[in-house]
Amino acid sequence: MARASFAQATWLVAEREMKTFVSTKGFWIGFVATIVGLFALTVLPTVFGDDDPKVAAVGSAVQAVQGKQLDVREVADVQAAADLVRADEVKAAIVPDGSGIKVLALNDPPNDVIRQLVASPPVELLEASAVNSGQRFVTVLVFGLVFLMFGMGGAAIAQSTVTEKQTRIVEILVSTVPVRALLAGKILGHTILTLCQVVVLALAAPIALRVAGLAELLAVVVPALGWFVPFLMLGFVLISSMWAVAGALVSRQEDLGSTMGLVMLAVMGPYFGVQFFFDNPAVLAVMSFVPFTAGVAMPVRMFAQQAQPWEALVSLGLLAATVVVILLVASRLYTGSLLQTGARVKLSRAWAPAE
Amino acid sequence: MLTVRGISRSFGDHRVLDEVSFDVKPGRMTGFLGANGSGKTTTMRIVLGVLAAHGGSVSWQGKPVTGQNRPQFGYMPEERGLYPKMKVREQITWLGRLHGVDRTVAQRNTDQLLDDLELTDRANDRLEQLSLGNQQRVQIAAALVHDPDVLILDEPFSGLDPIAVETVLDVLRKRAANGVPVLFSSHQLAIVERLCDDVVIISKGRIAANGSREELRRTHAGDRYEIVVAEDAGWIRDVPGTTLLELDGPRAVFESEPQRVLKAALERGEVRSFTPVVPTLDEIFKEVI
Repeated sequence: MARASFAQATWLVAEREMKTFVSTKGFWIGFVATIVGLFALTVLPTVFGDDDPKVAAVGSAVQAVQGKQLDVREVADVQAAADLVRADEVKAAIVPDGSGIKVLALNDPPNDVIRQLVASPPVELLEASAVNSGQRFVTVLVFGLVFLMFGMGGAAIAQSTVTEKQTRIVEILVSTVPVRALLAGKILGHTILTLCQVVVLALAAPIALRVAGLAELLAVVVPALGWFVPFLMLGFVLISSMWAVAGALVSRQEDLGSTMGLVMLAVMGPYFGVQFFFDNPAVLAVMSFVPFTAGVAMPVRMFAQQAQPWEALVSLGLLAATVVVILLVASRLYTGSLLQTGARVKLSRAWAPAE
Repeated sequence: MLTVRGISRSFGDHRVLDEVSFDVKPGRMTGFLGANGSGKTTTMRIVLGVLAAHGGSVSWQGKPVTGQNRPQFGYMPEERGLYPKMKVREQITWLGRLHGVDRTVAQRNTDQLLDDLELTDRANDRLEQLSLGNQQRVQIAAALVHDPDVLILDEPFSGLDPIAVETVLDVLRKRAANGVPVLFSSHQLAIVERLCDDVVIISKGRIAANGSREELRRTHAGDRYEIVVAEDAGWIRDVPGTTLLELDGPRAVFESEPQRVLKAALERGEVRSFTPVVPTLDEIFKEVI
């Protein structure tokens, strides 16, 4: 007697989900936008990056600015130099002042210029890091955005579930294969799609860094990416099972908004949390162990070299355990609500044992 | 044989099905009749496991119907539904594979069905691009693609034009001829009358009548006869023990002991026709519900 095994049924559902999703315009627009965004974030700062500040120098002051990282323009007298400053042609003017020099500027002391002119004391970092805070900020931004994008991409699972309920093909599906195979197939399909995109992004990131001339960052970014991928994937499974339930609770696309709130929070939470607190090691440390925020927080800490590998492994374990629990809960809620049509299904009703 | 025994179901306090029992025999088209809200769809959904019963059992070949043997069923739900954005051929093949048919067989069956249902030229269109009537045919194909052992079709002919009805009918008859039990509901009694072998009539959640079409007609025929003689048949009302029901010149419909009337008629002259009056399904339906 022919009958698709659970695995076959799951795969068939996954395959259809992938085909359907890949054939939508939205998928490609989002994907291309992400790659373009990644390159823009990495490459553009270097292209438009800080040139040496422009200064005007007069007479004996010229000597004082030679060999510094300044774009020097020699002028005849103090008056001409001051005119250039007023005209915003240069940031500051360095003019002789008695035996020394003086800096003329418009309304703010030009700190970057002053820094070039004074002898800095030697600095020794007690906790040296290979990444500066700027680079950390970009990493937080990129990890956060990628997580946000894929997390929101999981909404396709909710949509596909509602489509099945709305068109009632769900009756044919549940009379053919176990409901769990439907749920598993949807999550599997979208997880594979996400994984493929992440792999492409992970391959593109080092290229972007090289293009940007930041090759020395590779040694730090690659291990961090190595951590980010498993965190992202598990985080995605967590969120997609929630998306599936959000879809199963309603019967029409128009009603989807009413159940998506909690899932959106689970997606946005880690993004904003890490954006706000990335400079606060204590909060970041806590977030890196909370399953919902760990997906972004822990890879960021690994990138900033604030966490040990064992911490990441513990956090990953916690996340995996949460995924299992949420999957079990989601599977029951999904089964309990999939065939209920009409108004939005209450969670308690979806949870109740089948009549 | 598909056996439904004593299934009941309530929604809240409302008892929708009450001890419903009937059989769907192999190779027979069984018409499932009932007024709106009588429980046809609920019964079918329970048979397909889409809805749980509150009692009773459904079995196929003597074994309870479960997720194990249910993929062998072909189902056309009352509220039609397939993926609107999926191409017709791809969709039917996919559903076949989901029922456990391997890819090549599923493709072959799909092409055969699309041909039988005259949809071949729409095979690569998305479902939503088809007219409703054509979508309905695709729905039939979806129920048949895996060569089901049992067919459960909820209102398979509603929304079809007379030509499409014939096309679909041919396809279904072919299946029944191969020994597949076919249960279909309909409110179009004329169609049921013409094509079903067995009839199950449900009324307010209970089975009101159940049996082969001929048997039902015989049971409900009573002692009603029609006679056509050469001249006026008005004399029949004077035959003892006879009630004249209709009189139209030489034609009369009456209830009586038939041989007595026939004998009297032959003594008077020519008898052109003499037949028992068989009720239509429509009449039986109205009588039992």
